[in-house]
Amino acid sequence: MKKIIKYVTWDILRNKIVLVYTVILLITSLSVFGLEDNATKGLLSLLNIILLIIPLVCIIFSTIYIYNSNEFIELLVSQPLKRKTIWLSLYTGLAVSLSLSFFVGAGIPLLIYHPNILGLLMCVVGVSLSIIFVGIAMLAAVKTRDKAKGIGVVILLWLYFSLLFDGLVLFLLFQFADYPLEKPMIAISALNPIDLGRVLIMLQMDVAAMLGYTGAVLKEFFGSTKGIIFAFIVLLFWIAMPLFLSLRKFKSKDL
Amino acid sequence: MGGYAEVRICFTILSLLFFYIVSAKTILVGPTHVCKKITAALNIASAGDTILVEAGVYKEQNLVINKSIVLKGINFPVLDGEKKYQIISIKADAVVVDGFKIVHSGISSLEDLSGIKIYGNRDVVIKNNKLEDTFFGIFTENVLNCTIENNQLTAFSKEEQQSGNGIHCWKSDSMRIIGNTITGHRDGIYFEFVKNSVIWRNTSKDNIRYGLHFMFSNDDSYICNIFSNNGSGVSVMFSNRIKMFNNFFEENWGDASHGILLKEISDGYMQGNYFAKNTSAIFMEGASRIFMKYNTFENNGWALKIQASCMDVVLEKNNFIGNTFDVGTNGSLMQNTINNNYWDKYVGYDLNKDNIGDIPYRPVSMYSMIVEKYPSAMILFRSFITSLLDKTEKIIPSLTPENLKDNRPMMKKAF
Repeated sequence: MKKIIKYVTWDILRNKIVLVYTVILLITSLSVFGLEDNATKGLLSLLNIILLIIPLVCIIFSTIYIYNSNEFIELLVSQPLKRKTIWLSLYTGLAVSLSLSFFVGAGIPLLIYHPNILGLLMCVVGVSLSIIFVGIAMLAAVKTRDKAKGIGVVILLWLYFSLLFDGLVLFLLFQFADYPLEKPMIAISALNPIDLGRVLIMLQMDVAAMLGYTGAVLKEFFGSTKGIIFAFIVLLFWIAMPLFLSLRKFKSKDL
Repeated sequence: MGGYAEVRICFTILSLLFFYIVSAKTILVGPTHVCKKITAALNIASAGDTILVEAGVYKEQNLVINKSIVLKGINFPVLDGEKKYQIISIKADAVVVDGFKIVHSGISSLEDLSGIKIYGNRDVVIKNNKLEDTFFGIFTENVLNCTIENNQLTAFSKEEQQSGNGIHCWKSDSMRIIGNTITGHRDGIYFEFVKNSVIWRNTSKDNIRYGLHFMFSNDDSYICNIFSNNGSGVSVMFSNRIKMFNNFFEENWGDASHGILLKEISDGYMQGNYFAKNTSAIFMEGASRIFMKYNTFENNGWALKIQASCMDVVLEKNNFIGNTFDVGTNGSLMQNTINNNYWDKYVGYDLNKDNIGDIPYRPVSMYSMIVEKYPSAMILFRSFITSLLDKTEKIIPSLTPENLKDNRPMMKKAF
């Protein structure tokens, strides 16, 4: 297993696209911190990168990588190796390399310019989102045989998590405006890892505005140890669930 | 000859003055003197005398000053109200109370027991006192031309009912409230029916309700004060012609908390004030003819919440930096003027390099309108969909007030 992980990680890290991704992240994060005189504005730009670009790159790159390594997977399967080992190593390789490029590209500048709880939190959220979207991509890739269809599905998934879900939430809010929605909102935010990450970061960032009533409810929940543990359990669940489903599918898949 | 007459007049005046000075006695109060109690000294004093009180603890019950005297403490003698009495009641003109430590007044909402209360007199000076654990701190009613200067007022109550106001002025005129520090009271400074007065260089923080509470008080100014971390900030209501210069409004957090609440105010003038880290820096309701210039709004939730009931508010050359929302409003009617402000969120351009942006800035975002209407929508803050909505709204305004915009936004800070 170690050997395959090493091979996959090395293979991805040598990949020019990932190198370019890392360098672009690095340049962007350095420039947003270096050019803006206003530290909050820099953080905001980086937040957008974390919430939009990272999931997009992770989900598309991983899908294409899985499709392209089809022959490699077939070769491995013919060896005396467990399918579980193969799949987990592929997953680990992808997750490690993409998280690493996020960490080098955005995490390190973040920790240099904002060595506080907010910087650390953004790092953790970025790494978790990278890992989560690798898992989702692998689930989509193992479920659909056709490459074009698979890529289409993951783009739709990305669109759903980053845009459509919030649209639905907004719709719900309008429809049920007469009811106290603050607490259900916490549960709803757990249904989308991007939202959960955003709420966690936002609570650290916009303290003043967030202390409105909704903010107070959120702050009370996510500000407490219980809430933080809840958030991280949900993030772990989001990592584990797609991985588990894809593994189950891969074990019985007719390659 | 004329010279001689002048010398005579001078001499007469001087001797009169001399007579006046020697006629005013100084009475010493202290454990080693004849007068062990201030009350005893008051009984033998006559108008114009000075009573010097040496350090020690004095339990005078309610000390009533009904002669125009100077009451001066040396090294802060303690006047203790034993949690039962009002401590000093002033019922004469031109009394000076200087340098006392006034502690533990009684609590009664019926009688408004206070550390120092002035009843309908004029020219009273209260200075350099330390008030601790008093119900009301310094209370004036029906007074004229009094000075309250350099006092420190501290209260320790946690509940509004158990706590009175720090400096409470009712129906007074020409007051000077200068350099006081007030913490832990219900309202730091409370003005009701007070006119022609000035509040200058005070610090009012950590009070339970308002740092400064203004009602029906016209023609007052407050200058260079610090209001921070009060339960609901500062509230100015139903008053006319108020001037506010160079005050700090900081860290007033909470849904119903404002840096400053302006309700039914007209003809106000605000200049050089600094608002930082408030949930909403200014909340305006029914305000008219307010002129705001050279104010700084930094890191607030909302810099300005301006209800549609406001009119002829002028915003000029203010700096808006790092606020979550610049302006929030509740309707589409807008009869105010916004010009030449600096907004850090402005993304326009300046082709002719005159330092004024060529396209107008709309400080009200669609999302802030949504949050105003549906507060729970706060959970979608900073999400992709809300920025998308904001962008579309910027291109085709439909929900946000069409004429709420800065036609001449500054490219660099306004001052």
